[in-house]
Amino acid sequence: MPDTLAIKRISASPSALIPLASLRSGGPVYSKLVDISKCIGCKGCEVACKEWNDLKVEQTTNFGSFQSHKDLSSNTWLLMRFNEVELGDGDDLTWMIKKDACLHCEEPGCLFACPAPGAIVQYQNGIVDFNQDNCIGCQYCVSGCPFDIPRYDKETKTVAKCNMCIDRVEAGLEPACVKTCPTNAIEWGIKEDMLALADKKIDRLRERGYEHAAVYNPGGVGGTHMMYVVPHGDRLEDYRLPAHPTASPGQLRGLNVLQRVGSYLLGFGVISALVHFLAVGPERPEESV
Amino acid sequence: MVLEGAVSAASLCYCTRGMAISRRTFLKASVGGAVGLSALGFDLAPVHAAVRQLKIRNAREYKTVCPYCAVGCGTIAYTHGSGGLNTTSTVIHVEGDPDNPINGGTLCPKGASQMQLAISPRLRKSPMYRAAGANEWQEVDWDFAMDWFARKFKESRDNTFMERDAQGRTVNRTNGIAWVGSATVANEDAYLITKTMRAMGLTYIDHQARV
Repeated sequence: MPDTLAIKRISASPSALIPLASLRSGGPVYSKLVDISKCIGCKGCEVACKEWNDLKVEQTTNFGSFQSHKDLSSNTWLLMRFNEVELGDGDDLTWMIKKDACLHCEEPGCLFACPAPGAIVQYQNGIVDFNQDNCIGCQYCVSGCPFDIPRYDKETKTVAKCNMCIDRVEAGLEPACVKTCPTNAIEWGIKEDMLALADKKIDRLRERGYEHAAVYNPGGVGGTHMMYVVPHGDRLEDYRLPAHPTASPGQLRGLNVLQRVGSYLLGFGVISALVHFLAVGPERPEESV
Repeated sequence: MVLEGAVSAASLCYCTRGMAISRRTFLKASVGGAVGLSALGFDLAPVHAAVRQLKIRNAREYKTVCPYCAVGCGTIAYTHGSGGLNTTSTVIHVEGDPDNPINGGTLCPKGASQMQLAISPRLRKSPMYRAAGANEWQEVDWDFAMDWFARKFKESRDNTFMERDAQGRTVNRTNGIAWVGSATVANEDAYLITKTMRAMGLTYIDHQARV
C-alpha cells in the first residue's frame, strides 16, 4: 500500500478541524505546476481529462471565443478559459489563459463546509477527493469553495470535480492532463521541486520582460497543489484568479459550536420526553364525542 | 500495522461470511467503517484506496503510432481481457508512449481522443454515395462502392493517360487522377497504396495530413 494515499482530513469528522495525526510520514506531497506562458491553448488536457475519467461528452456551441465550453460542469472537470484581455492601449490583445480545475487547496474550503462524513477526503499527498457514494447533494462545498470549482449534477444529485486522477497517482502515474500536455505547460512533481521550478520559470520570464511574473500559490488557503506561473502577476483578476482566496477550519468554528448546542438541545428533549413518560405516562387521546 | 491488519481481517470476515453482500455494499460498509474508525485516530487509507482502482490495471498494452498527422506520436493502446481464446478485446484507453522519442508520452487533443476512431458509435461503417445531381447521401454496400470506384477510376485513366510528354519522352502517366492517402492507415497499407497507384501511373500522390 503506497504511503501516497495516507489520509489527512475527512469531511464532517473531527479531522476536518484538526488534521489526522497519520501513523506514517505520509509520503510525497505532489503538485501540478501550470506555466501559463507556455500554454498554446490546444486543449489536449481537456480531452485527456474527459477520456481518462470517462466523463460524458457535452454538446458545445461557438459563442465567439476559442473556449470549448462556457463553464465547468459535473462532466467537465477541466476547462481552459481563454480570457481575452487588452494589455495596454492599442493592439496588445492577448489571451490570459486559465486552466480552470480544482486547485487542491491545503486548507480545502469544500471539505470544511461538507456535512457528509467521508464525502470529501484530503490525502497527505495533497489531493482533495470527492467520494460521490457518501455525497448527500447539499452543495455546501460549492459555496465553500473560494475558486468556484465543484459542480452539482442534477441527475446523480451529487457534486463532482477534478480528483487529480487519484487512481493514477496511487498507481505511480502522473495525472492525465499532465501526461498529455505537448508543450510542458503542465508539470508534475513533489511540491518543493515544483516551487523551485516555478522560481526558475519566473526568472526566465522576468528576463524576457514580464516584470510582474509570479507564482500563484495563495496562502489564504494554505497553498494549493495546482500552482500557476502567471506572466502578468499584477493582473490576477484578468486571469479570473481570486487575489486573496480564504478558507480555514476556524471560519466554521461558530457553526461547530452551534451544531453542538443543537445536539445538546436534542438530547435534552429526548431525555425530557423519557422523564415525562416515566413520571406522567403516555398521553391518552380524548374520547371523541 | 497491527491495527490495520485487524481491520482488514475484520473486513475480510465480513465479506466471506455474508456471500449475498455485493461488492458495492461491501465497499460502502468499508468506507463507512473507515470514517467511523478514523475519527478515533486509526489510519485506514487502504480501505479508502480500494474504492477507486486504476482502470488500465492488468489491461494489455499495445504500442502503436497515432494515425492522425505526420508527427507520428507513439501511443499505447490498452485493451481489456487476457487475450485468451474466449475473449473479444476492445480498446479501453489510449495514451502517449513515454518511451517514444517523438512525443515523450504527450498527445494533442486529437491524439488524446484517438480511441474514438475505433469505438465511437458515430463512426460510419459503410460507404456513403451521392449520385450526380442528387442532393442527399445514401448508404450503399461495399460491392456497389467498389464497382463504382473501379469503373470511374478506369474511365478517368483511359481518358487522361499520357504515354509521351510534349518533348516526346516516355512518361506513361495519368494526370487525371490524384490520390490522397490517409493518416489512419498502417504503414503496410501506405506501402501497398503507393505501389498500386504508381503502377496505375499516378504522379499526384499526397497525404491527408500534409494538406
